[in-house]
Amino acid sequence: MRSLHLVVRAGFVVTVFVAFFAASCGGDKAEAPVDDPSVLRGDITVYAASSLTAAFKELGATFEAANPEVTVAFSFGASSTLATQINEGAPADVFASADDVQMDVVVKNGNVAKPETFASNTPVLVIPRGNGPVQSFADLAKPGVRLVLAAPEVPIGNYARQILANASIQGAVSLDFAARALGNLRSNEPNVRAALAKVQTGEADAAIVYATDVSTAAKDVDTIDIPPQYNVEASYPIAATTATKNGPIANAFVEFVLSPVGQSILQKYGFGPPTP
Amino acid sequence: MRSTTGADRTAITAVAVLTAAFALFFLLPFAGLVERAWEDGRTFEIWRTQQARDALFLSLWTSTLSVGLAIAFGTPVAYLLARYRFPGRAVIDAIVDLPIVLPPTVAGVALLTAFGRRGLIGEPIDNWTGFTFGFRTIAVVMAQLLVAAPFYVRAAKAGFEGVDAQLERVAYTLGASRMRAFVRVVVPQAWPSLLAGVILAWSRAMGELGATLIFAGNLEGKTQTMPLAIIEAFEGSSLGLAGAIALSLALLIVALALLVVFRLIAGRAASGV
Repeated sequence: MRSLHLVVRAGFVVTVFVAFFAASCGGDKAEAPVDDPSVLRGDITVYAASSLTAAFKELGATFEAANPEVTVAFSFGASSTLATQINEGAPADVFASADDVQMDVVVKNGNVAKPETFASNTPVLVIPRGNGPVQSFADLAKPGVRLVLAAPEVPIGNYARQILANASIQGAVSLDFAARALGNLRSNEPNVRAALAKVQTGEADAAIVYATDVSTAAKDVDTIDIPPQYNVEASYPIAATTATKNGPIANAFVEFVLSPVGQSILQKYGFGPPTP
Repeated sequence: MRSTTGADRTAITAVAVLTAAFALFFLLPFAGLVERAWEDGRTFEIWRTQQARDALFLSLWTSTLSVGLAIAFGTPVAYLLARYRFPGRAVIDAIVDLPIVLPPTVAGVALLTAFGRRGLIGEPIDNWTGFTFGFRTIAVVMAQLLVAAPFYVRAAKAGFEGVDAQLERVAYTLGASRMRAFVRVVVPQAWPSLLAGVILAWSRAMGELGATLIFAGNLEGKTQTMPLAIIEAFEGSSLGLAGAIALSLALLIVALALLVVFRLIAGRAASGV
């Protein structure tokens, strides 16, 4: 009998605990009354591709300066990771992806309505500074080259494989170029910065990253332009999520990124204007 | 026995509630995993993919090798630390402990700065022999060894400290060699601690992610262990989220099986069968 008594008591304590917890959570939502509805007030979390890290931090700071009652927090990662997290219910208000594929993953799940393209970027080849085995784009297929790419699902990893495929058609580098280059692949890195780091540390002989990423590693790496006939243009879409509880702020942030001020900040970090 | 007071009852209730809440917190994630895997229905299909089998096989053999190396090198170190006072003992003791408190990512960066192509000894080795550690399976084992071995050494040292040195001396006086005394007297006495150390080290090696990703890279069949395959699946590889769940479930089952096996061994050892 005593153990039953204990269970009942335990159940009671848990109930009280849960009720108290629920009440305290509810209390959070009742915020101070908003006097002027035209002033944006609140917090948003922006999920943005790794390659946007530096540019978006400045965009966030500028947006906060223009809207003193607003706080912008960021979660940077591979667009593919962020897309999975958003589809799993992560509290994102805005999603900025490094390619349309990952934006579509979120659109298909109904978590984003209308993405808009806000920037473009150019993939480049990076090598460790000095006389490594890779001195040209065609060298990627040389035997023994340590090539590192972002994983195929990561936007830059996907772009890189497209580039290799573009160089493997009749009249291009060679028909088996992509096969031989991918035979040199030593690692599928989780995001573009990790791929760059493998070249920066000298572990890898080459990687394909965005032109905008190189500035952070300029003293350790050299850049080789990918022949334009094989290269692809990275296209960045952005959208407010449908689950956002701060729709007005999320939309205002998206508009700000697309505005002339936002565009000039992005261009400062090497991003190109959106390509239609 | 004195009667239970009201204060006692409150304390017992508090303990019961906290235990229940804690148990729930531990059980729910596993329940979630099983539920999602069940719901998805592709779990067995994913387990049969080449990538999943490669990752599981790689995880199993690299972690086994790492633990084997930890036992081979760690046992003498643990015994030395437990039995003898010598100059530099405190330093060795601290160095062995260091990876326990170190985040694995730091271990990965540290390995890179030592054994990487531009590393402290990685660079001379590359220059002399052309051999590099990065992107090879040996780098996976090195990462696991660095983060996992200290758990074994720690447990083994505690085990050896618990063995009465008098027993060893008795064994010597009865004519046993040092080695024989160690194997026949010390090891059986320290057995539960050694086993606990092996379980801890093994699970730590199986779960190693950060150091591996940084130092060894991520390539199917070569350096992609289960945790790396799970992360990549979660990030949207061809296996997808269902893959991350299926692989996590597989690792959970392997971990449980290991735990049960070790419990059985420990139980048999304890009951002297």
